[in-house]
Amino acid sequence: MSNTPDDLRYASTHEWARLDDDGIVVGISDYAQDALGDVVYVELPEVGQEVQAGEEIAVVESVKAASDIYAPVGGVVEAVNEALDDGPETVNQDPYGNGWFFRIAPNDESQLEELLNAEAYAEQCAAEQE
Amino acid sequence: MSDSHRKTALHDACLAAGAKMAPFAGWSLPLHFGSQIAEHRAVRAAAGLFDVSHMAVFDVDGPGALPLLRRVLAGDAARLTNEGQALYTLMLNESAGIIDDLLAYRHGDGYRLVANAANRQAVGGWLKDQRRSAVTVTERDLAMLALQGPKALALFEDVHGAGADRLKPFHAMALGDWMVARTGYTGEAGLEIILPNADAPGLWSCLIAAGAAPAGLGARDTLRLEAGLKLHGQDMGADTTPLEAGLQWTVHRQPEERPFIGREALAAQAAEGAGNRIFGLLLQGRGVLRGGQRVFTAAGEGVITSGIFSPTLGYSIAFARLPSNAAGAMEVLIRGKRQQARLVRPPFVRGGRPAFQELN
Repeated sequence: MSNTPDDLRYASTHEWARLDDDGIVVGISDYAQDALGDVVYVELPEVGQEVQAGEEIAVVESVKAASDIYAPVGGVVEAVNEALDDGPETVNQDPYGNGWFFRIAPNDESQLEELLNAEAYAEQCAAEQE
Repeated sequence: MSDSHRKTALHDACLAAGAKMAPFAGWSLPLHFGSQIAEHRAVRAAAGLFDVSHMAVFDVDGPGALPLLRRVLAGDAARLTNEGQALYTLMLNESAGIIDDLLAYRHGDGYRLVANAANRQAVGGWLKDQRRSAVTVTERDLAMLALQGPKALALFEDVHGAGADRLKPFHAMALGDWMVARTGYTGEAGLEIILPNADAPGLWSCLIAAGAAPAGLGARDTLRLEAGLKLHGQDMGADTTPLEAGLQWTVHRQPEERPFIGREALAAQAAEGAGNRIFGLLLQGRGVLRGGQRVFTAAGEGVITSGIFSPTLGYSIAFARLPSNAAGAMEVLIRGKRQQARLVRPPFVRGGRPAFQELN
């Protein structure tokens, strides 16, 4: 059973989002990293890029497949996790911590409320596994 | 996982070792045991253990066995003069298309063939269609383990003390009713052990306890591709000839009077030249080459037949079917973007180090 922390919001496309003092931090869920297998590259967005909620803005390549990563909320990309260039395996090892992808300064924080809570996301994962 | 998939004798042992199972050729098999890349590295550095019980095993016996095999295999089974000797060979159709690539062993008074699981019906059916009198073809229900890596032989010897570490490559020995063969699909030294299903869990546990790392199909695929070994169904198929697959070295043209199936079609193609063939490619930029991606060369377009991220090299490598005269710069279309790739001669990795030769 994969780990879905209660304090995060989740997109149905398997990104997580966390509001902190500097904006909304985004990564991929434990369920997603497990399904992908070993991550070998992450292609991150540009800092300063304006993004819409639901827009494809990053790519994660694993041993198994390439997957698009969508912006869970709209805004401006303020930071990207450059450490993933040399250590893509961090996404597998610490998906909710050092394996974060990017941080967005949101246009509207309330968009976070439109994402799934942990319980609803865990239910979706359980359904996908069947 | 659907119950319609066949389970090997090692199914429970694999689950207990943390396997993530995946369907493959009608079987439920371990894809990985946590990290495919860690398993790959364990095989390059020490020893890994694979459940390959899905492979199809046929015993071909009787006075008609050798005449049958000399006709249905492109390699000459008459060269298997010693007990346990093995031959990597191809089964061809009349158009010289590859029905399967397989290992043929001298086994007792007859022969044993080990074929790809996905081609069980094709190989079994072809053997039965082509047989004449005085030959029996028996499909065996046996387990198969592959113990692979630079420490594999010593590890097996520590556990069994049978002298298997003195086996020469492409030779097998009997160990009771087990067959222990110095063969594999990783480019490393190693053994493949074919044994009764009932014995398999015991051997698995002993080898894991002795230090072999359980490894799955994911690592098997990256190991074989680094080693320059092709996969039937991807890099070759019933519409590919040995020339196109770069496997003409396995075809025995001598003696000339041996009329194996596909011989004439192959000779005709050799005379006029194959239009395309399999090349090695590498991509040193970011991204991963994968099967199905289009390749653009000055000589025309081609396609990636299998591609991986190489854990040993740290970048992506692939086999691609390209026009035979392909040379120079080429580009691969990866997720809508064209990226530069280089043509190389496989193997990509030998002895844990880069081994490819640059072409152009």
